[in-house]
Amino acid sequence: MTEMVYRATGPTPGEALLSRWWRTVDKVSLTAALFLFLAGILLGLAASPPLAERNDLPRFYYVWRQAQFGGLALSAMLVVSFLTPDVLRRWAVVGFFCTFAAVLLLPVFGTDFGKGAVRWYSLGFTSLQPSEFLKPCFVVFTAWLMSASFERSGPPGIAISFMVAVFLALLLALQPDFGQAALITGSWAMMYFVAGAPMILIILLAGLVFGAGSLAYQNSAHFRGRIDSYLSSEVDPTTQIGHASSAIREGGVFGVGAGGGEIKRTLPDAHTDFIIAVAAEEYGLVLCFVIIALFLVIVLRALASLLRERDAFVRLAGIGLAAGFGLQALINLGVTVRLLPAKGMTLPFVSYGGSSLLAIGISLGMLLALTRRRPQDELEDVFGADR
Amino acid sequence: MIRRPLRPLARIIAAREQGLDPDRKEAEARLAKVQSKRKREHQHAQFRILLIACMFLGGFGMIGLRMVVLATTQTPAEIAAIEAKKIVSDRADIVDRHGRILATNITTTSIIAHPHQMIDRNAAAEGLARIFPDLDPRVLKRRFAPPAKFLFVKRKVSPEKAQAVHDLGEPGLVLGKRETRLYPNGKLAAHILGGAGYGNEEIAAAEVVGRSGVEYWFDERLRAQDTLGAPLELSIDLTAQSIVEQVLYRGMTLMNAKGASAVVMDANTGEMVAMSSMPDFDPNNPPAAPKKGDPADSPLFNQAAQGVYELGSSYKLFTVALAMETGIATPDTLIDTKPLRWGRFPIREFDNHNYGPFQSLTNVLVKSSNVGSARLAMEFGVEAQRALLDDLGFLSPTLMELPAAKSAAPIYPKKNWSEISAITISYGHGLSATPVHLASAYASLTNGGLLVQPTLMKGGAKIDPPRRVVSEKTSRSLRYMLRKVVTDGTASLADVEGYEVGGKTGTAVKPKPTGGYYADRVISNFAAIFPAQNPRYVVVVTLDEPQDIVAGKPKRTAGWTAAPIAGEIIRRIAPVLGLRPLSGRGTERADSGAIVTLASQ
Repeated sequence: MTEMVYRATGPTPGEALLSRWWRTVDKVSLTAALFLFLAGILLGLAASPPLAERNDLPRFYYVWRQAQFGGLALSAMLVVSFLTPDVLRRWAVVGFFCTFAAVLLLPVFGTDFGKGAVRWYSLGFTSLQPSEFLKPCFVVFTAWLMSASFERSGPPGIAISFMVAVFLALLLALQPDFGQAALITGSWAMMYFVAGAPMILIILLAGLVFGAGSLAYQNSAHFRGRIDSYLSSEVDPTTQIGHASSAIREGGVFGVGAGGGEIKRTLPDAHTDFIIAVAAEEYGLVLCFVIIALFLVIVLRALASLLRERDAFVRLAGIGLAAGFGLQALINLGVTVRLLPAKGMTLPFVSYGGSSLLAIGISLGMLLALTRRRPQDELEDVFGADR
Repeated sequence: MIRRPLRPLARIIAAREQGLDPDRKEAEARLAKVQSKRKREHQHAQFRILLIACMFLGGFGMIGLRMVVLATTQTPAEIAAIEAKKIVSDRADIVDRHGRILATNITTTSIIAHPHQMIDRNAAAEGLARIFPDLDPRVLKRRFAPPAKFLFVKRKVSPEKAQAVHDLGEPGLVLGKRETRLYPNGKLAAHILGGAGYGNEEIAAAEVVGRSGVEYWFDERLRAQDTLGAPLELSIDLTAQSIVEQVLYRGMTLMNAKGASAVVMDANTGEMVAMSSMPDFDPNNPPAAPKKGDPADSPLFNQAAQGVYELGSSYKLFTVALAMETGIATPDTLIDTKPLRWGRFPIREFDNHNYGPFQSLTNVLVKSSNVGSARLAMEFGVEAQRALLDDLGFLSPTLMELPAAKSAAPIYPKKNWSEISAITISYGHGLSATPVHLASAYASLTNGGLLVQPTLMKGGAKIDPPRRVVSEKTSRSLRYMLRKVVTDGTASLADVEGYEVGGKTGTAVKPKPTGGYYADRVISNFAAIFPAQNPRYVVVVTLDEPQDIVAGKPKRTAGWTAAPIAGEIIRRIAPVLGLRPLSGRGTERADSGAIVTLASQ
């Protein structure tokens, strides 16, 4: 009873910052994120040496880089998770405008690293992919607009955010980066869904997405090639997907053993987009299920805590971040097991990649910040939620 | 400007009257309203968040499930890939009845080009054209142009040429080892052996699969791993086959025939000792199947096993046999041979001969009387005729081990086997079958009356228990009559001193594809047994459209065309098959006690 009352009244103003954080933050999700990162390092130890050798770098160069970025990402996550929702919103909106500008300027200052899509800024020692950072900022920005529209005399936030989302998706699709575009649209759709989209609109929207997909299919050779290779019933065993499928098959339940896999030698993207295939080959279904479970824990715990949330902004922003995180994992895994058409997307926290790792750290930090236990308006909700 | 609702006047007045603060009252009311709206929104959102959670649970669940499925199953493509790795290019040899090689394998090389790996495409094309004069360097350059990644330059190349290609030093040219089927006897027994080609093929090896003939029929047996060391033994005798082909080819040319076939069958076991069809082909390099025209005109067509013909008077043996079996007549019974009409059809003798009012049963066969046969058929009737022909195998394809034989179904009146059908069939029209059918029927009728089944396998196909088609006595009489046809009848040109040839000629006018019959085109055949007293072998020779000019007149009948060829075949193969000639001249009656001495085998 004491605890209930205590929580209902909220933390005392004088409580130390760190102890309040520790008491209110979702420690299970925090641990899950840490384990995902460790799984990424473990797989990087196996997956990246062949690439490092090809590029005349020390054997564990990429593992070392991943550990450095990981440290940075985890720190960012922790720092961000300290923010209150209001502060978070302010910084994220500022961040949104900065990253938006950065994405807009990509065609001028960006580079494509010879991969056919201008997505990066080269900073010499490393490269940055601004669209990765744009995602969480966009989610918070959208949540802000949407929740504002709930207020009396509020702005038409949903309409504005919709236009921004469409613009961004088009911008990313032009790079072309259909994965990020899909994520932006997906997150926005989830938020709108929770914000109370009318059912008829949801159906219409689904139709629209389908229409845009077919348009892209007809007009973009890049996109069409990927869809076609997905639709063809026979997997060409020499494609990335074919290698990934056979790696999963080779691995079986317990895998061929650490370092025993072959896919890392044949797939150029083994350490990024197809990291789960490496996991499946060397450690079998066991590790895959552990990784899937970790993602599920993070997403479901966030959703569970948001169920209780009475504040519209926190609820929407949380949904957008959790959905973006979950969708990214889903799409990456879905591509590898051939449930979805091939699309370049990293597995959050597990895949190698500086920008991706850092951005995921920041968005998870935001999610943790938003799902921290806070006093809610009504006592009955506290009772209701804890009963 | 957004319009705000006016204060609810009634409540404000009521509050004022009670001395309460109306602003406060209004604020409370507004708060309650906002709170209830938020609560509604919250409940709404809760439901939808639960839906999203379910969606994620379902999505990750599906991926997990899919991983389990992927990890525990093999796709057809993968299974095929595993099987393709084990390409077996080995193939067992085929030998004749004495173990002489008919088909074997040699190692050759395939030249395969990977143009995308070539250092210099033009140099490669020109180098190849220098080594193989039949290749055009310009064509090769065009074929090597991107995006070509894989193509065969040459399928079979000798070791010397392969070395020359190797010496070009072009990494984009790959030499693939190939087992090639070789038929060292060339055209000999081409229709029996058929041919082989490549099946599943990869760079390093290729399957050798049978395309036709016994190569196709026994493909699995020839490729089976456990029997690779054991050659497939055919009943063919290479020497006899060679003689038969020589004589048949010369005979066909001499008689101006457009095609010819010959079958030599063991009369007791049904084993094919030789079988030939002319024109023939080289199985090492078989011609392409014709795309248009009559497939029967192609050299690939096996007239002996595949050609279905009305074989004419040779069928009279069955009529005579049935007359004796049913007890209608003995060899000496006189048969009415006066001109006959059935309905509006006149039954005529060949060339409108008139053999007089009566002939003995033996003479009906010896003189080949159509009228006599017709009378007998009317006597024993449709059912008895049908039953005997069925017993002899005339109503279904032969069981000989050739795809061509399996597809050659006899043509007979399936529904409407009327009396007039019985009459025409009694002298060989209205029932079409292959020469192999004819040979096995002659064997069955004259070997003592036991059914034989035509086969290409050494040792023959045992029929267990033995099936009797006619009695021993009938069989003996038939042998006597057949001998008499040669000594006194139409087939005197087939006689071979010392080997007691018996047989029956058949000359059938060819049916037009448009209906009716040609006046001057015939299929002539001669079905022979030797030695007639105790037949060891049956020989059937068939000529397609023969025409021999004798004394300025064209002779097409079998006695002038097929019979002498059969005689020549017997004269040459009998010693080879181990039969010694009888001392002195052959006997008049095969069953009168003359002695046939057989060499020990």
